[in-house]
Amino acid sequence: MLSKKQARAFFLGGTLVTFLIFIGLTVYSLSEATDQTNHENLTAEVVRGKEIWESNNCMGCHTILGEGGYYAPELTKVVDRLNQRYDGNGEEVIKSILMSKGPWQPNGRKMVAYGMTEQEATDVIAFFKWIGEIDLNGFDRIVSPLAKDKINN
Amino acid sequence: MKYKSQKVAYWFFALSMLLLILQITYGFIMGFARIGFDNLHDFIPFNTARAVHTNLLVVWLLSGFMGAAYYIIPEEAQKELVSVKLAYVQLISLAIVGVIAIVGYHFNYWEGRKFLEIPRPLDYLVVVNVLLFLGLILTTLFKGKRQTTTALVLSMGLLFAALLYLPGMLPFDSQVTDSFFRWWVVHLWVEGVWELIMGGILSFLLIKLTGVDREVIEKWLYVIVGLTFLSGVLGTGHHYYYIGVNKIWLVVGGIFSALEPLAFLAMALFAVNMYRKGEKKHPNKLALYWTLGSAIVSFVGAGLLGFAHTLPQTNLYTHGTLVTAMHGHLAFWGAYAMIVLAIISYSLPNMTGRKLYESTRGRAAFWLANIGMIGMTVAFGVAGVAQVYLERKFGMDFMKVQKEISIHFVVLVLCATMFTTGIVLYIIDFYKHGKPTDEALQINE
Repeated sequence: MLSKKQARAFFLGGTLVTFLIFIGLTVYSLSEATDQTNHENLTAEVVRGKEIWESNNCMGCHTILGEGGYYAPELTKVVDRLNQRYDGNGEEVIKSILMSKGPWQPNGRKMVAYGMTEQEATDVIAFFKWIGEIDLNGFDRIVSPLAKDKINN
Repeated sequence: MKYKSQKVAYWFFALSMLLLILQITYGFIMGFARIGFDNLHDFIPFNTARAVHTNLLVVWLLSGFMGAAYYIIPEEAQKELVSVKLAYVQLISLAIVGVIAIVGYHFNYWEGRKFLEIPRPLDYLVVVNVLLFLGLILTTLFKGKRQTTTALVLSMGLLFAALLYLPGMLPFDSQVTDSFFRWWVVHLWVEGVWELIMGGILSFLLIKLTGVDREVIEKWLYVIVGLTFLSGVLGTGHHYYYIGVNKIWLVVGGIFSALEPLAFLAMALFAVNMYRKGEKKHPNKLALYWTLGSAIVSFVGAGLLGFAHTLPQTNLYTHGTLVTAMHGHLAFWGAYAMIVLAIISYSLPNMTGRKLYESTRGRAAFWLANIGMIGMTVAFGVAGVAQVYLERKFGMDFMKVQKEISIHFVVLVLCATMFTTGIVLYIIDFYKHGKPTDEALQINE
């Protein structure tokens, strides 16, 4: 029968081993050789865009990389998506939403009117574009093969 | 109650109750917004309500854990708390930091990082506060007559929780790296070190309520927390599947996440078996309800519902949908909210000397809150699965899907009303116990 001492050894040993493996995998997956984010494209504009994204808690409603509030649309490939819908004018549409001083209310669901400057809006778009280029291991808004076929045909 | 200083716990629990009600209020604001009643949008937009809702959850649970530690550690270490005054300073400063953060969220003062919205300057105050708390608890423990496994596991959980807050404070330019280390905090808290805290409280309650030998209970406690870390640390990988890091996490996260329910299953079996084995029939049945309830519901909410969407093949469809909210609600409720309510139910009669064990109100609170929360979980689940089908399989537009599924939020609000009724009854019971008193020192527990 298992003794208390053995149980403690299982706890401490197991924790130490898994944590060391975890640290190793962290170093591996954040190393330059395995980069999937096009780190070289992380310009000052993109970083400013990220700061604006954070300081307004956009993630509190939207999702990005599938993470966020589930209340407003996923924005990972938003520039591409709106380009398709608005004949290549996706960036202009995003700009007008971000710079609008009046509330934006698509399908009745309200968004805060941020009234950003043109520079701020451009930075946020740069951030979206950088996000949109990341290799996400197959994740997309539409993932079902059947749905993809339907859309392509 | 054996030591005067244990009374400090009461005020931490009282703060928890206050914040819990506030958390539920903001939950309702979000629920109503989802069915179209967003009249408060100009003052409390959805992102504010969400940040307040999730942060209040963290703060009321932390306040509950701290209260639990202030109650348990003196009794386990057989020593009065080293400084009651400093414990009150810690309580008041915790409340002040919490209030500043919550008010700030209404004025765009935050860091928009899911679950870690507290702005950086306030982060430092949180660190100071937690250091003070840990100082008091650890000094008491190591100056005490004995260092039990229960006390060590509980303190280790609290210490690691504090340490793991630090990676969340590191600044990164890349959203991917930022997210990567955000999960070091959030995941390793809730699926790691918080389970140590839960295990410590559970072990204390089972020793007190069942009368089973401490050595037996603490041996199994080690096995359970061992299983937790063995699966939970590498299980962090399930947050890394689709955020822009290497595919290796699909394999590692998939395998170890699949093992995570085992720790919760072990916890549930452990609690139920100890109850069956126990010869002591403690009169505080309500505390027993909450204790066993916590072990069982956490297995369903955290273990089973987590497993339901944790495999990479499934998560490809459910990542970023309301399915996550389904799992999140029952997991937090079962594992952490219920264990805090369990320690309150056990300690309150001991601190106040009023043994309201047989209250119908208390039993109604337990059942209404639990049935209400299960109903909410089902509503989130149905909405989430419908969202996956319509959006990810049929390719429908996000906002159109939201309109289609809004009916499920009517059900959610109804179930939340039932849940809230249960919580209000629990708080009435809390209030009826009155204030803690030194006279309770002499009363047999």
